Formats: sequence, structure tokens, C-alpha cells
Amino acid sequence: MPPASSCHSHALIEPTRVHSRLYYDQAIFEEELERIWYRSWVYVGHVSEVPNRNDYVIKSIGPMPVLLVHDRTGQITLLLNKCPHRGNQLCAYREGNRSTFTCPYHAWTFSNTGELAGFAYADGYEGVDKSKFSLGRVPRVGIYRGFVFGSLATDGPSLDEYLGGAKASIDQLLDNSPEGELELTAGFLQHRTKANWKFMLENETDGYHPGFVHSSVFQVTDSAIGKLYGPQSTALTRDFGNGHTEFDLRPEWRRLGEPLAWFGTTAERLPDYVKAMETSYGAERARQIMIDGSPHIMIFPNLFIAEIQMFVLQPLAVNETIQHVTALQFKGAPDFNRRLRQQTMGSVGPAGFLLADDTEMYERNHRGAMISDPEWLTLSRGLHRERHDENGYLVGHSTDEVPQRGIWRHYASLMAA
Amino acid sequence: MDQQVILTAAKPSGSGTTNLLERVEQFLFMEARLQDTHAYDEWEALWTDDAIYWVPANGATNPDTQMSIIYDNRSRIRVRINQLKTGRHHTQTPRSELARIVSNVELIRQASNEVDARANVLIFEDSLRGETLWAARNEYRLRMTEDGFKLVRKKVSLVNNHKPIFTLSFLV
Repeated sequence: MPPASSCHSHALIEPTRVHSRLYYDQAIFEEELERIWYRSWVYVGHVSEVPNRNDYVIKSIGPMPVLLVHDRTGQITLLLNKCPHRGNQLCAYREGNRSTFTCPYHAWTFSNTGELAGFAYADGYEGVDKSKFSLGRVPRVGIYRGFVFGSLATDGPSLDEYLGGAKASIDQLLDNSPEGELELTAGFLQHRTKANWKFMLENETDGYHPGFVHSSVFQVTDSAIGKLYGPQSTALTRDFGNGHTEFDLRPEWRRLGEPLAWFGTTAERLPDYVKAMETSYGAERARQIMIDGSPHIMIFPNLFIAEIQMFVLQPLAVNETIQHVTALQFKGAPDFNRRLRQQTMGSVGPAGFLLADDTEMYERNHRGAMISDPEWLTLSRGLHRERHDENGYLVGHSTDEVPQRGIWRHYASLMAA
Repeated sequence: MDQQVILTAAKPSGSGTTNLLERVEQFLFMEARLQDTHAYDEWEALWTDDAIYWVPANGATNPDTQMSIIYDNRSRIRVRINQLKTGRHHTQTPRSELARIVSNVELIRQASNEVDARANVLIFEDSLRGETLWAARNEYRLRMTEDGFKLVRKKVSLVNNHKPIFTLSFLV
């Protein structure tokens, strides 16, 4: 039996097994909010979602809404959506362009830099220092190549340290743009899921499930993707540390050696894109980028880049998570982007050929977790064959549970801190 | 399209229109029944080759540049149906139990051999996850053929499509 107190959730985690209670215990969820979501680096949004000065969009850190603002001074800032007067929700619109926010309750008005600009009926606040009534803000904002992260802790590791080896995968992603940049312009689908967020976190780099959960899609689309997740695959699972995990398909794509095979197409079918890539990178480097393709990486705790689309996981409650998902869009690649949107729309979201089944598994996982026996769930697959790669990261076969063991190692360290 | 007739409640037409309304309603009710009973092949056969099946997200955005929940052409409708028929589309094994009400049917426009119509739809779904109520404002374009009406275009605007929604894997 595990200890009764959920304050010792790390005692529910062992190197190759985890206790079911981690997924359904309300007290553990609250502890996760405090120790993970409201402390460590969390992905919030992308600079391309607020391209112009005074643009804003409502994002989140866990269940808490956060305003991602391109403020009047040109800075990217993360403000909390709460009027400091009486706590009213300040902004009710999901996105827009404005230099000030006015609370609808008593008309206090704030600059989009967070400072209180003025009280309504100011005579009632004689001698009051307005600077004491700024909006709350996420104290640390870090941006890596356009990806905006926030940490609600005033100190801790830098974003650079935190991302570590995962930066190489973000770099690999952006190499797929002729201009080296992403533009997230297609809008998000929001998939409501009655399951704990960690089922999604663990599944994003689980190479064991696709051959079974997605066999119906592979059958009806004659997709070769299924083979990447079979016993003969040379693809790798990788643990970058800090909870970041990857499914590295490059060994398979390099074996094939065909540009854009990773995207299920050929160079002939995307001539404008190929030309733009060759102009930007030179023919040889462009060819290698188009062979290697886009990464499949889960950046702890909530950013999942899945080759052609991007998910943001948002826990709302111990048993409810929103999967926000959009098509990746690469700057300078309109013909490529059109196909990325079409494929993404078919694959993901509430009616997606792939994600409807993944999400069915998450919800069944959650209900399963609450069944009392056995209490412990096993994550031992491939333990005997995991090894270190040339950069010192743990890797395993594409179907092994190297990523899941890595995720829980990091989770345990955060929950014990 | 030169013989366009605008059909609105404000301009009641003769018995020909009433007859058309009844025929459109009968078609929409039949489509609803095929969906509720998972009659996949029969439902797929309702579509024309130039079909568009659209379930927008985030209000009514441009489906050519923005993400939609579903934006299927005819070949993707076929993939959707074929996946359901494998028996391994887990989210529909077991299948959702469904009953839907199609109501407030309005004829909007008739041009040549096509009719545009609108309707409101309420769908009750029972699945492993639980019970879910779906509400949508639908827009249809039907084409009159020798075999009766065919679906050219169906747009399903879920009233809450700007919010997170549960898995939508039955035919909506």
C-alpha cells in the first residue's frame, strides 16, 4: 500500500511503475498546480499570434487564464486577467487589439503594460498611489525562437537551461520554414477530454500504441506510417531530461532518403516549397532538411509538436483536460501550409481520424485508473535495451517506454521539491 | 441559375412550395435516421461527387485558411465512413446511441435543380463517456436528381463551437 497522505505523491512513483492514484486524486492535482503548473516553465503561446503592437490573445497556464500581450512598448508580456480592485474578470474577449483594458465592473482602466491608468470617479481615491494597483503578471517570460513560455516563480532555472536538448528539436522544426519561422495563423481546435492531463503527456511519445489504436486509419488510408511504430522500426524514443521526450523518426526517413517522404508526399508535388527551401538553405542542406522532416517532441508539461501540428495541453480539473491543437504553418511556404492544414484537420480535434481514438483511450484510461486492483501501472517496456546516444540522452526502440520513465522521473523531482 | 426563386416566410408561395418543403423535410428526416442508426453506406450514398461536409470551429471562419472540426470533400467523407466500418475505430466501438430532432426547417433558395435549406438540430448522444447534448444550426444544399435529393453541401454550426467540445465521432 502506498502512504495515505497525498503530500507524498513521489512515493507513488517508482522507476518502472506508477500508482493509479496519481491520475485521479484531487489533492495530488492541487499539488501539481502548485509545484508544476504555477512554478516551472509552461508554454503559453507563440509570438505570431500577436504580430502587431497592442494585439492580445487569451491563453492559459493550467486552469488559469493568461493574457498574452504585445504591449504598446513592443514587449511581449503575460498579464493576469483579474482586476486588482475587486477581482472581476478584466477582459472577456478571446483576442483583439487594444492599448488599454477597462474593467466592466467599476471602470478602472489599465494600460496593456499592466499599470493602472486611472480610477473612475477619482475623487474617492485622493492620495492613493496608483502604482500599487497594477495588474498581476507572470513574473518570468522566456521566448525561444518565437515560443513564449511563462513561469509563475520569480526565480528558478532559465528557460534555456530548462529546454536543454529539446532546443535542438525546435531548431529542427523551424528548419522546415524557408524563413526559419513559424506563423500560427490557422486558429485552434479545442478538444474537451474527460481524463487526467498526464495520460496525454505520456501518450504523445508512446510509440507502442499507434499500431493498435490507429490501425483503422492505417488500413483505410494505405498509410505507411504504421510501420514506423512496428517491431522492425529503426525509429527511436528519447528522454532529453527535464521531462522532455521525443519520438525520433529520422533514422527511418534517412534510410528511405526521399525528400518529403515524412509528409507522405514528394518534391514534385510541392515545387514552390522545394524551390524556396533550396534558395534559403542551398540544395544539399535543403534536401537533408526535407528528408529529416519535422520533429515529434513533447516538451514538459504542455507543448506537443507532432510533425505537422501542435498541441497545447491544458488541465482544467483532475479529470478534465483541454487539448488545444492547430496546424503548423511555416513562414514563406504557402503551398506546404495548405496541405498542413488539410492533413491536420483530418487527423486531429474532436472529429479527427487519429485524435478521436487517442482521446477515447485517455477517457478509458482515466476510468480504469479508478479501479482498485491492480493499483500499480507498469512502464518497464524496453528497460533491458535502453542506452545512451552520442549526446548522452537515454534512447530506446520506437515502441519502448523510455519517454514515460523519463517523464515520471522529472515529475517526481518536481513534486518532491 | 437564372430561374432563381427566393423563398421566405414573408412571401408565401403556392402549393408547389409546400410540396417542396415537405419533400425537403422528408429527406432531412431520412438523413437523420441514417445517422442515428449508423447506416453508413446508405448515408454515404446521399452525397454528390462535388460534396462538401463542413463543421466549422470558432464561429464561422474561412475553412480554406482556418481550422475546422470537419471539412471533408467527397473522398474524405469516404475515408471517414471506411474508418467507421473497420470495427476498430475505438471511439465508435461500441457505437454511440443516438436520437436527434431536426426542426425549424426553412427553404432559403431554389435555383435550377438545387435547393438551399436550414434547420435546427438537437442530438442526444449516449456513449461510454456519458450523455451529451449537441445543438446545431444546419445549412444544406440539396440537388434534385433522378434518384431523389442528394447532399451537395452540409454545414453543421454547433452553437458552442468556439468552446472546447467532446469527441464528435458519430455522424453529425
